[in-house]
Amino acid sequence: MSAVRVDHLRVVRGGTIVLPDLSCEVARGVVTGLLGPSGSGKSTLIRAVAGVQRIAGGGVDVLGRPAGSPELRARVGYMTQAPSVYTDLTLRENLRFFARVIGAPASAIQEAIDRVALEEHADRVVSRMSGGQQSRTSLAAALLGSPELLVLDEPTVGLDPLLRRDLWNLFHELAHAGATLLVSSHVMDEADRCDALLLLRDGRVVAADTPDAIHARTGTQSMDEAFLRLVES
Amino acid sequence: MRALAVAARVLAQLRRDPRTIVLIVAVPALLETLLKELFAGRSEIFQHVGAPLLGLFPFVTMFLVTSITMLRERTTGTLERLMASPLRKLDLLAGYGLAFGCVAAVQAGVVSALTFGALGLDVAGPKPVVAALAVANAVLGTALGLFVSAFAETEFQAVQFMPAVVLPQIMLSGLFVARGDMATWLRWISDALPLTYAYDALAHTASDTFDARFGADVGVVCGCILLALALGAATLRRRTA
Repeated sequence: MSAVRVDHLRVVRGGTIVLPDLSCEVARGVVTGLLGPSGSGKSTLIRAVAGVQRIAGGGVDVLGRPAGSPELRARVGYMTQAPSVYTDLTLRENLRFFARVIGAPASAIQEAIDRVALEEHADRVVSRMSGGQQSRTSLAAALLGSPELLVLDEPTVGLDPLLRRDLWNLFHELAHAGATLLVSSHVMDEADRCDALLLLRDGRVVAADTPDAIHARTGTQSMDEAFLRLVES
Repeated sequence: MRALAVAARVLAQLRRDPRTIVLIVAVPALLETLLKELFAGRSEIFQHVGAPLLGLFPFVTMFLVTSITMLRERTTGTLERLMASPLRKLDLLAGYGLAFGCVAAVQAGVVSALTFGALGLDVAGPKPVVAALAVANAVLGTALGLFVSAFAETEFQAVQFMPAVVLPQIMLSGLFVARGDMATWLRWISDALPLTYAYDALAHTASDTFDARFGADVGVVCGCILLALALGAATLRRRTA
């Protein structure tokens, strides 16, 4: 059974049709990459799954309930594209607050700090952190309470390759532990780190399959080539 | 309780900004001192304006501070994160009211001590009531600030709401011109503005005339706090475009 089922989703933002008619599924317990160029509708789809996007038609089911249902709010972890944390507080203060909001135990705070490898910066004010540290702070807040579904909007953008690898390893660890992850990225290289892929362009699904299957179908080595092949065919 | 978590977080943010804390307390203290010195030869004017200023100033401060803080919450995405979380809108609003109510209590306490002490302001009624009304007005300012922040897209706009929303209320409250001397249509507008009742309650305290009108004033101020919070809640959307 799928963790997320998107059914003929239509989203209009500011008079522009961002998602005309999108249907897709996200399998449980795996890392699904949502890839596409900027402006392809990734963030809008992520927001719809998180239940914060106003939709014009169709529906999104998350863990068997309509996205945004009150009973889902503690079961879904959401990381926005811009680091949505309080920049005048420290990492630990931010996590303490968000843990109380979602009702996570105090032990979850240290766990989240360790997971994003920010222990030595935990008592630093977020505004003094680098962009990558800020985005990991935001990720740590989404990890609190071990949510069943994590929707992460470009969590690895701007990180050095080492950290990126560590984060992808973390995502797979979480998936092995039973969580479902939907992770967006505009970097096609990250495609091969995912168990499953949703390739998006102009608000439409170009392909939905495993990376290997996409490579086999298009006869390509890199996801960039595969994307071109898919779009041009 | 989640409202307490919100209040603790707002206060922790404020603690990181000591300059703002100093301004919140020092500016009204400075203005009271200025007022006293300005009317050094006509102390009855200071006696007339001192208490209302003390009681109304927290309204202005908290309106500004809240509308900016809430606007930041909207623009940085933290509000979106909170709206995706189990936090209830009421918890968020109550948390803000609680935090800035506490700040207002400190502000009113310090400025009262100065004004009633060193500056020698005298009121016929009980001084703690002036301070209590100041805190109530601060919560009203917070509630209105939360609501108004929904209509500002930038901090520049939010700041402009201060003269637009606050100054007319102070001008028409009866502080400068007695309400009985106003043109009828101005008095009608005055009747509809919450600060009119806040001022009236302060004036009754200053003259120690606690009649039914005082009770009605306090009732209207409390009702306006609830109304502004309800309007503020209506501007918090779980889903946005």
